[in-house]
Amino acid sequence: MELVEAKKLQVHLDAFANKDVYLHLETTNGSYATHFNEGFFNAGAFIRNVVINYELGKVVGESPHRVGLKLPHGWVYAQGITHYELDEHGRLLLAGHDGSGKLAVALEISETPFSY
Amino acid sequence: MTIPQERHVLVVFPHPDDEAFGVSGTISTHIKQGTPVTYACLTLGEMGRNLGNPPFATRESLPEIRKKELQASADAMGLTDLRMMGLRDKTVEFEDDEKMVGMMTDLINELNPSLIITFYPNLSVHPDHEATARAVVRAVRRMEDRPKLYCVAFANNTLEVLGAPDVLHDVSAVRDQKMGAMKAHISQTVWMLEEMENKLAQGDQETENWLTKERFYNYRWDQDFEEKF
Repeated sequence: MELVEAKKLQVHLDAFANKDVYLHLETTNGSYATHFNEGFFNAGAFIRNVVINYELGKVVGESPHRVGLKLPHGWVYAQGITHYELDEHGRLLLAGHDGSGKLAVALEISETPFSY
Repeated sequence: MTIPQERHVLVVFPHPDDEAFGVSGTISTHIKQGTPVTYACLTLGEMGRNLGNPPFATRESLPEIRKKELQASADAMGLTDLRMMGLRDKTVEFEDDEKMVGMMTDLINELNPSLIITFYPNLSVHPDHEATARAVVRAVRRMEDRPKLYCVAFANNTLEVLGAPDVLHDVSAVRDQKMGAMKAHISQTVWMLEEMENKLAQGDQETENWLTKERFYNYRWDQDFEEKF
């Protein structure tokens, strides 16, 4: 993965617009957050292989960036995006990694389904 | 305490590396003693958060890395019967509960273990650990002739609930194998290992004890975590 350069990432986001694409979206504090810090309110969300079709995708702000996808009837967005990669299967993988190298957020789109 | 000879040992954990820190010495000892050991690992740790910064992997490439690490850990312990059960990390508790019990029952029926090792229900922190523990305990509960069931507990309130562990294994004789298993999972353990090796270099006795002794609780059927399932 490489650090997000907004202009380059924007080109990739544009390439997936107006197509049916599979979505992976997750946010996480890790399953041990409350174990190491009792009282911590651990929340997160996970979606994988839901098909969407967005008409406009935008990357905004300085790193960590925000990325939003406008759908005909709704929205997808993620904040905290630091890195991206167009992988060998042509999937656009975006992720936010904190200073210690832990993933905090991931937003991925692909024309073919992600594995299970 | 010396580790008794078993007929067959079945180890069930949900994540590659769950076996490494607390159980790999016990696994290695049984293998050294000539006892067949099966490790059923339910997921490939697909949702691991340690991906580095700069990242060394992506959410999509991590499972393949962890699969290789799991195999390397098995090799380090001398374990030849490694089962990857194909579930997805962090979804184990959402699987059908009866299906999970069936998975465990199938393993037990096939292998006829005299000892099963898993997590302790309600004292193992991660939702996948808890779901695994529940499935194993339920499967064993249904058996007429129950094997021994050793459980790993590490929730912050473990001592309050269970007191001190009643099974203590000295695994100093297989220290190298245990180190090998922990190092095999390097993508997830590098930070922990660095800290551990610093402490060992300083002669920290607590860390040394932690490395050479493994602790388990016999599952307490008289204080079963649920009345029935």
